[in-house]
Amino acid sequence: MSISPDKQFDLHRRMVRIRLFEEAAGRLAEANRLPGFLHLYVGEEAVASGVCGALNDDDHITSTHRGHGHLVAKGGDFNRMMAELMGKATGYCKGKGGSMHISDLSLGMLGANGIVGAGSPIAVGAAFANKYRKKGQVAVAFFGDGATNIGAFHEAANMACALHLPIVFACENNEYGEFTPRDKTMAITDIVDRAAGYGMPGVIVDGMDVIAVHEAALEAVERARNGGGPSLIEAKTYRFYNHHGVQNLGLKYRSDDEVARWKERDPIFTLEDRMVENKVATRERFEEIWTELRNDIDNAIKFAEESPVPSPDQVLVDVYTKKAGAR
Amino acid sequence: MSDERKLPYVMAFNEAVSQAMEADPSVFCAGEDIGAFGGVFGTFGGLQAKFGADRVVDTPISEQAIVGLGVGAAATGLRPIVDLMFMDFICVAMDQIVNQAAKLKYMFGGEATLPLTITTAGGGGLSAAAQHSQSLEAILCHIPGLKVVYPSTPYDMKGLMTACINEDNPTVMVKHKRLLGMTGHVPAERYEIPLGKANIVRPGKDVTIVAYGRMVHESVAAAEKLAAEGVECEVIDPRTLQPLDTETIVESAKRTNRVLVVHEAVRFGGLGAEIAAQIQEQAFDYLDAPVGRIGAPFSPVPFSPALEQHYIPDAAAIEAGIRDALMRVGA
Repeated sequence: MSISPDKQFDLHRRMVRIRLFEEAAGRLAEANRLPGFLHLYVGEEAVASGVCGALNDDDHITSTHRGHGHLVAKGGDFNRMMAELMGKATGYCKGKGGSMHISDLSLGMLGANGIVGAGSPIAVGAAFANKYRKKGQVAVAFFGDGATNIGAFHEAANMACALHLPIVFACENNEYGEFTPRDKTMAITDIVDRAAGYGMPGVIVDGMDVIAVHEAALEAVERARNGGGPSLIEAKTYRFYNHHGVQNLGLKYRSDDEVARWKERDPIFTLEDRMVENKVATRERFEEIWTELRNDIDNAIKFAEESPVPSPDQVLVDVYTKKAGAR
Repeated sequence: MSDERKLPYVMAFNEAVSQAMEADPSVFCAGEDIGAFGGVFGTFGGLQAKFGADRVVDTPISEQAIVGLGVGAAATGLRPIVDLMFMDFICVAMDQIVNQAAKLKYMFGGEATLPLTITTAGGGGLSAAAQHSQSLEAILCHIPGLKVVYPSTPYDMKGLMTACINEDNPTVMVKHKRLLGMTGHVPAERYEIPLGKANIVRPGKDVTIVAYGRMVHESVAAAEKLAAEGVECEVIDPRTLQPLDTETIVESAKRTNRVLVVHEAVRFGGLGAEIAAQIQEQAFDYLDAPVGRIGAPFSPVPFSPALEQHYIPDAAAIEAGIRDALMRVGA
């Protein structure tokens, strides 16, 4: 590992924060304490953490409908996130966006997105603005394997390469587009094969290995920052829970064995094992980290539950900047 | 008046863009063929030579990515003008326009500001057939978060385009293809016509005609013909379709007691339906006749000039509509 111990702890912390937030959200959803849809990022933590760990605060990311992990990895605040999931006035979006539109522009997080593939063209716009301003900022588009089948991705990837923009396309290949396996929806095995078609370098990484993801991200981000243009990273990963909700076993579209095999390669526990093995960390230190972050989550749930719901007059607020349009 | 400065509609657009780019380095343009070529209608002519290829950007034929480019750049601090060559092509970019541009601010709890102008060319009359002639503005007006502007004169074009660029919300600026060569007074200095403010093009006391885009001129022609018979039509051009200046329209309806709404778009579900509904809600007791609507028949735009000429409303159709409104005897 060429990644420093401090950075390893940083990446670990990002992953644990995602895991704890998502597990808590799942429990709340099961208890009917969260309205709406919930797409959990559990299992894929290494991707958001490894990539966002390679970014500066003023770099931009676009996300997906499975977007909590990206916001947490970019530094998202638990309190405001949990409040948003509960539809509270104190949430990131004042209760108007919810899980699928959670965002924090001050962190460069340009929104989870309910439309598959729609984030990539927006990331292209952020990358264009970054190149235009010449301050060395980059943009990252997160998307799934399924999103590479939609036209918006193709248009975005081609335009980014044609305009030589500072962008990284970060594909979370979790082998399923909603409930349909990848091999039923495309004739290639590796998404990275598509990169050459746009004229950008592409690399496959083990998406369960945060260090591998991080190293690939460092290279791609540096390329973008130094005027080398777009790159594609395909992280092979897996969602431990269902497409939406928390059920993970006994589903007809994938076998329990398959889920169990992937869970053996849990990105957090495998990193912890390696760090202990390499004498970078101790089990006790990890216990402290989990305990501290669990406490943060408990406080966030309390904050969210005690927060007020938005008042009805907020329906018409923020449709437009300045004044509202016609009724 | 003879020495007043005149410009064609297309150059009024061009001048508004050029002056905005001079005034604000965060303004840039992107679209198909707009760079060296200047746009298929010449709307962006000379701008790349003046401002460089970094600020007047030729894009791939990728309408989703063109609008996405604008959304992402606007959300991160620039003031983009993105061009969709024909209004029909908004359909290709509908996700980025409707689900992204229009909603980001709201979905993000007000945190995002999207100073994005989407420019496009609408309307028929060029035998461009069903995929290059449509008037789809009603679809856009139905989407909370968007503003929709449709100038009918060179003067309005420059002032409204300047307002669109300065606007902090996603705005769709529709140019009518058959007005591009129309010449009229345009001041050299930069000026803004506020969005959401209608223009009373021609005052009158007998009938109100609400029309926008090229139909303003057909309506004025019909009004002038009827004026010879002593009928004074008031012609109102809303100029901005969303937000719509219903106040000016309703006030006029209360004075004339008879209203005809005219648009080139298909009549069914068109903006005329909304305007008629607003008038009956707010001025029902003042009306001496049902609010009339003139629009295209419920078919795609046909190709053959023989058919298209029949399809697009003209002064004669408007005149007939006015006569119909006048035939009703007041209460």
